[in-house]
Formats: sequence, C-alpha cells, structure tokens
Amino acid sequence: MKLAFDTFTVFFVSAGAFFFLAGTVGLLRFPDSLTRLHALTKVDNLGVGLVVLGLLPQAHGLFGALKLVSIWLLVQLSGAIVTQLIAGAVRQHGPHG
Amino acid sequence: MASFLFGAAGFVLTMVALGLFVILQRPAEVDHMMAAQLLGTGGVAILLLLAAATETPPIVDVALLLALFAAFAAVAFVRNASSSEPEIPETASGG
Repeated sequence: MKLAFDTFTVFFVSAGAFFFLAGTVGLLRFPDSLTRLHALTKVDNLGVGLVVLGLLPQAHGLFGALKLVSIWLLVQLSGAIVTQLIAGAVRQHGPHG
Repeated sequence: MASFLFGAAGFVLTMVALGLFVILQRPAEVDHMMAAQLLGTGGVAILLLLAAATETPPIVDVALLLALFAAFAAVAFVRNASSSEPEIPETASGG
C-alpha cells in the first residue's frame, strides 16, 4: 500500500514540476504582458494543483489533507481573481500603469 | 521519498528563480507584479514540498500565509494603478 501511495506521489509531483518548467518557458518566450500573464497564472496554478494532489497521500491524517486542499482552493481562487484584475489594469492603463 | 521531495522542491525553486530573474529584467511595472505572483504560487508549492519532505507540518501554515499575502499584494497594486492615473478613453487606446 505504501508503495502505491509513493508511486502516486512521485507521478503527480513530477507532473506538477513539469508544469512549473512549462510556465517558466512561457514567461521566457511569450511576446507581451497579457500572454505572459496567461502563462504565469494558469500554468503555475495547474502545477500547484498537481503538487497538492501528489502530496495528499503523505499528509498527516484527514485534517492535514483537508488543509492542503483548502490551500489549493485559496491559491486557485486568488489566482483567478488576481489575473482578471491585473489584465483589467493593463487594458485600462497599458503595461506601464 | 524525502530525497525525491527535496529534489522536486529544488527543481521548482530553480524554475521560480529563473522566472523571477527574467521578469525583473523587463521594464513594465505589470511584469514586476507578475514576479510577486510567481513567487506566491511557486513559493506555496516549494513550501508544501518541504513540509512533506521534512515532515514538519507547521511549514504548511507558512505556505498558507504566502498565498494570502500574494493575493493582497496584487489587489494593492491594482488599486494603486486605478487611482493614480486618469482613465484613457477606449477610442484613444484602440481597443
């Protein structure tokens, strides 16, 4: 059973790390602020989600697992709202505002 | 297991550091705000990995605070941007 849990963790944490790599490549390659914002928030939030999913079997009891899930929810919600706010500010004032 | 988690945390840290270095080279202020967001999201992942690797559950609380502060920082940035400059009309900016 422990081996199955560890395999699950290794798989999903590796997938999450891969998405952080993809997010950084997007930041390096995309031409303007809005597309970079897209790469940064969406891809990195997916990375955090996969890392949290991978760490769930290693959590200390039900309470620890619930805490991880609620941190993931906070990151998702704030990421989605913040992306909209920053994109709105860029649209109103240009990238230097 | 712990060494794998340490390795993953180091990899994510390298990616975040590389992204921060590149973003901070750019002149636009919104890119600097994105650097703070990147540190928020990546920092949460790094701290959660470290909490599992060292079996120190309090580090999870630090990750929670980092996520909260990243959200507050972005809201402060947007409020500052929208109050400091007059609004540019849609026709002048070209949509």
